[in-house]
Amino acid sequence: MAEHFAEPVRQHLYSLNLGPQHPSTHGVLRILLTLDGEYIVEADPVIGYGHRGHEKMGENRTYLQFMPNTSRIDYLSGLLFNHGFCLAVEKLAGIEPPERARYIRVICAELNRISSHLLWFGTYLMDLGAFTPFLYCFDDRENILDILDRVSGSRLTYSYCRFGGVTRDIDDVFIEQTRAFVKRLRSRWKDYHNLVTKNVIFIHRTRDVGVIDKDLARRFGVTGPNLRAAGVPFDMRKVEPYEVYDRFDFQIPVGEKGDALDRYRVRLEEMEQSCRIIEQALDQLPDGPYRQERVRLKVKPPRGEVYFAFESARGLTAYYLVSDGSPYPYRCHVRVPSFGNLHCLTEVFRETLVADAISILGSIDIVVPEIDR
Amino acid sequence: MMEAATNTGGDWLRLIVGLIVVLIFSQLNALFLVWLERKVAGHIQLRYGPMEVGPHGLLQTIVDGIKLVGKELITPFKADKKLFVIAPVLVFMPVLIPFLVLPFGPELIIRDMNVGLLLIFAFSTFSVLAILVGGWASNNKYALLGAMRSVAQNVAYEIPLLLSVMSVVLMVHSFKFSELVMAQHRVWFVFLQPVAAIIYFICATAETNRAPFDIPEAESELVAGFHTEYSGMRFGLFFLAEYTNMFIVSAVATSLFMGGWHGPFGWSLGIPGVIWFLAKTYFLLFVLMWFRWTFPRVRFDQLMNFSWKVLIPLSMLNLLVTALVVKFV
Repeated sequence: MAEHFAEPVRQHLYSLNLGPQHPSTHGVLRILLTLDGEYIVEADPVIGYGHRGHEKMGENRTYLQFMPNTSRIDYLSGLLFNHGFCLAVEKLAGIEPPERARYIRVICAELNRISSHLLWFGTYLMDLGAFTPFLYCFDDRENILDILDRVSGSRLTYSYCRFGGVTRDIDDVFIEQTRAFVKRLRSRWKDYHNLVTKNVIFIHRTRDVGVIDKDLARRFGVTGPNLRAAGVPFDMRKVEPYEVYDRFDFQIPVGEKGDALDRYRVRLEEMEQSCRIIEQALDQLPDGPYRQERVRLKVKPPRGEVYFAFESARGLTAYYLVSDGSPYPYRCHVRVPSFGNLHCLTEVFRETLVADAISILGSIDIVVPEIDR
Repeated sequence: MMEAATNTGGDWLRLIVGLIVVLIFSQLNALFLVWLERKVAGHIQLRYGPMEVGPHGLLQTIVDGIKLVGKELITPFKADKKLFVIAPVLVFMPVLIPFLVLPFGPELIIRDMNVGLLLIFAFSTFSVLAILVGGWASNNKYALLGAMRSVAQNVAYEIPLLLSVMSVVLMVHSFKFSELVMAQHRVWFVFLQPVAAIIYFICATAETNRAPFDIPEAESELVAGFHTEYSGMRFGLFFLAEYTNMFIVSAVATSLFMGGWHGPFGWSLGIPGVIWFLAKTYFLLFVLMWFRWTFPRVRFDQLMNFSWKVLIPLSMLNLLVTALVVKFV
């Protein structure tokens, strides 16, 4: 597209407010575009419309009271955020959850990751103008929500993890349903590939569009599938294995160029890898207690600080907690992946079309409330 | 058969009755198509579509229409008021005219003009103007972008559309619909002119702003494109015009390539011509809907490239080959 800018005319620039109320900005994101015809000269994401002050709330609540907040930071991978927060507090307070709890958490977290990726798949294609895959994905995602609903009692904001375990044990029905779901999801890949991946229009819309290469990704702190699509096999589950991830055999899918097509492929492959983790975890699932009974609900970690990083559906997520010995954290900070992922767009959007801007914004999979917190 | 009636008193009567029938038919047809679209979409997407109002939701679109009529007509502040009001009327009027020359059956052509085909394309181009007016008058950047896209798209796709139609006209030596259809008594032109038929159908999809070429109203990019600011029945007119346009392009495709009122290979199977005609037209409409709920949207520059670099050369080549064959064979 650079040829359109070989001799810049730049006489009739105008600005367009994409959002905060726009069908494709995935929440209340506003992008201030400076356009030359339909080509973007300058893009400036404006964030903060969904600011709820989660970090400040964290300072005024006990650790357990902050748990429901965590699943609302990123409502699409709430369980992953619960899980990470739980691990951070456990690290800070020195709590050791039983083996079974660790496996249950990993199974549910991976289910949540699949549901988040499925939703991305659907909404991304909707951004590209294909409506039907969205409904198919929601059909699959519904299964995950039903499964998680049975054990956690909630469909979106789970708060399923507890310090030292989980709220409820899983039963045989859960295991059966999960296995059935994995089988069903695998049988659906063929449909998805026939409908979408092999579609000429789809390939033309995504190939070489919105390239985030290694260098750009490093400069802006892009993580998650967006970074892996650029060819960097960076995944906290492999780099610094937490919980029991080191016991499973799974791969980190990587792309080559870092364009939208690579990001699409990486996410689809990641769902398959999550299926593998779930299957192995179900096979290895030990018996025993699902929760450490001696942990008080009002945890009082000793003085100190903890930084705990984990892999949410969108990339490297981290909690930084400072404890002064009281039941309330002195400081609670969340590092969210979407912030870096979004802000590299100022560079990526340059010299693309408005239509591509929507496609790129969809392809990096942002959750705006996560950025605003 | 129409020439006999020309310049007689019966002709005026025929025209007036025809106009009334056209008005009623086009409205009912648009309502039915909206219902059909929602049903097709529903079943493609593992849902039922409308089910509540009437049997299988048949009355849903009528209720929706009543709702639209009852809604407030909002004119945006700083909009060009006159043009804003005129645009929906401009978009709807020209889509009624082509019905006058469409060959529904051997006895069912209101006016079998010798320039019937030209008349249809002349008037269908008109709606672009209306879209441009609407987009401009709205004083909304999304609407303006949608309108500009629409103009560029229609200019690009009109050319291959007409070129592909011309190759059929060359074979029949006539613009008259009755003669065009009669020429397909034995063999439909879709078998003799497959390239032209495919090009025509692609261009017709683009011409009616349907997915995958629905970029003038690409809702994920331009909110609602040129009709972003329209509400109530003004929006309804744009909507009705879109569906009526779909019917017209499908009907033209039926009469040019699919044998019009003829059954396949000259077998009518005792079914009246008008039924054949409508069945084929609605089948093509179904295909248009099928496209919409299957494909992602093409990007704007890709769409233009596809037209200028692929469709136009291909249709010119097709026209050239047709001309040579007609001349020397």
